[in-house]
Amino acid sequence: MKPALPSLLTVLALVAMSAPAFAQRVPGASPSAAGPAEPVDEGLSGSVTDESEWQDLGIAIPAFPTNAMLPTAADGGNTEALGRNLARVIYGDLKNNGLFKPVGPDALPGIAYGEVTAPAFQGWRGRSAEMLVHGFVKAAADGRLTVGCYLYDVALGSELARQGYVVKPEEWRRAAHKCADMVYARLSGESPFFDSKIAYIAETGPKDRRRKQLAIMDSDGANHRFITNGQATTLTPRYSPDYSKIAYLSYLNGTPRIYVYDIGSGQQRLVTEGKGPTFAPRWAPDGKSILYSMAIAGNTDVYRVSAMGGESVRLTDSPGIDVGGSYSPDGSKIVFESDRSGSQQVYVMNVDGTNQKRVSFFGGRAATPEWSPRGDQIAFTHIAGNLRIAVMNPGGGELRYLTDSWQDEAPTWSPNGRIVQFFRTAKSTGRTSIWQVDLTGRNERRLNTPVDASDPAWGPVLP
Amino acid sequence: MTRKIVTILLLSSGLALAGCASKPKELPPQPTGTTGTTTTNPPPPQQPMGPMPGSQADFLASVLADTILFDTDRYTIDSEDQGVLQSQAQWLARYPDRRITIEGHCDERGTRDYNLALGERRANAAKNYLVSVGIDPSRITTVSYGKERPIALDSDEASWAKNRRAVTMTVQ
Repeated sequence: MKPALPSLLTVLALVAMSAPAFAQRVPGASPSAAGPAEPVDEGLSGSVTDESEWQDLGIAIPAFPTNAMLPTAADGGNTEALGRNLARVIYGDLKNNGLFKPVGPDALPGIAYGEVTAPAFQGWRGRSAEMLVHGFVKAAADGRLTVGCYLYDVALGSELARQGYVVKPEEWRRAAHKCADMVYARLSGESPFFDSKIAYIAETGPKDRRRKQLAIMDSDGANHRFITNGQATTLTPRYSPDYSKIAYLSYLNGTPRIYVYDIGSGQQRLVTEGKGPTFAPRWAPDGKSILYSMAIAGNTDVYRVSAMGGESVRLTDSPGIDVGGSYSPDGSKIVFESDRSGSQQVYVMNVDGTNQKRVSFFGGRAATPEWSPRGDQIAFTHIAGNLRIAVMNPGGGELRYLTDSWQDEAPTWSPNGRIVQFFRTAKSTGRTSIWQVDLTGRNERRLNTPVDASDPAWGPVLP
Repeated sequence: MTRKIVTILLLSSGLALAGCASKPKELPPQPTGTTGTTTTNPPPPQQPMGPMPGSQADFLASVLADTILFDTDRYTIDSEDQGVLQSQAQWLARYPDRRITIEGHCDERGTRDYNLALGERRANAAKNYLVSVGIDPSRITTVSYGKERPIALDSDEASWAKNRRAVTMTVQ
């Protein structure tokens, strides 16, 4: 039971805290905790089809030294081992997402505590590292950990960014994710995304009797936890924007209904008391309301209800199947799916249901639209024989495929709108797995999950 | 193709087992008449080995089929489906205290949410037909399983055709 309270992790500007006592400031280095203000290394935002130059930056991430080796409840057992694990998580974040050319602590010499703020740049230049990540870990008497994170440009011999985090021992990975986020954001110019979580459906058993359990994990697959026991089939979870709740579908009482599960209390309730089957839950960006689809006498429409319960508002009324829905990041529009034209296509409407317009006109069927958190793209499932993940702009133009497999469906965006996760079903066996791909379509990888996995839902960056 | 074979097989076995529900395609919709005649001949004494009247086994032995099939992305009740549903209606008329659940299913080649809606549509199409031939709608519930409960497990046209279905189950 780990409710994601903002207070669990404090991000500090390192200038305001006690850096290593014997830290030497490198001449010419200027702390830039306030963000990418320095002109020396412009973050390359690039277009989505561009393979940006920063992808090729070599980054060295040696183990984070500690000022004093102390026992800790975090992985490793003591602060010295933990310092190595922190660097490994940062390395894994960057490496597994195809970002940069990182080299991790297991392939690098250790550094002394004093080097954290006074890197041996000459030595790192010899290792063809263009960027350098240093950090330290300290344990306080109450068990809390302080983790410092520094990014240096080796060629310039200067500091680009620094942050510090105070975390409980069990949340040590979040400090590493925050550090990876700082490195990624500073070098790419993009928004961070590593310190986030994923809800999904864990699948086991034969194809005709799949056991489907709600499960959650960190963005890198760590801290995996099953939420339901699998006795009732569960589908299509969605984290609330503050991670306090999960809306999902369950056959708990025989018919498919949406439940809202409170992670802190472990309690769950129906999203609406109506009699019809409800499915395809989607949170509003502010977390105050939930979109859902309900079938009445076989006709499915999209509704909205307050997250606190109460009266539902019907947003669509076509005789076709209107289903799903995803808000634009500014909360003004909803993209959804309808077969009112005769086949599944993508439509956009105002949040009150007015001005419904079809936007997908490229042949085949277009399903499960999800609006990018950046607002500039809509990811969806394109069905023309095979099911493939594709993106288009909100007007329906610039169709681009991101995957080409037998059956890929249900895209969900990374918090920064640069990566799309989805699930892939294998032909015949029906085995499922979660994959992700960046917007170039080139860096595709499978996520490690304990069992088969489907219906991923990526939440926002933790506060 | 497959669909016809399945129906014929079910039809012949239905005839062999129960010897009733004869005309598949053009049964006159006269549920009340059927009720009158069939309730007067409860057959357990004559058929000691047969299923208990009104049971799920009796239902399966009495109807042409418990399942109707659909084309891709469709929920139309064609004449073949009507024959099956009429045989179910006759059984329901014979046992007026019996209730049923109709399950709607889809093949695996669609997205999950849409298939839940499509399965609901198929189950309701079957329900609406039964209601149109005189069955009280309060006796019929529907549930969609989308693509979650396939019966044919291969990934080919023949399997998908079998999975696009509505299945009538008696509520015991």
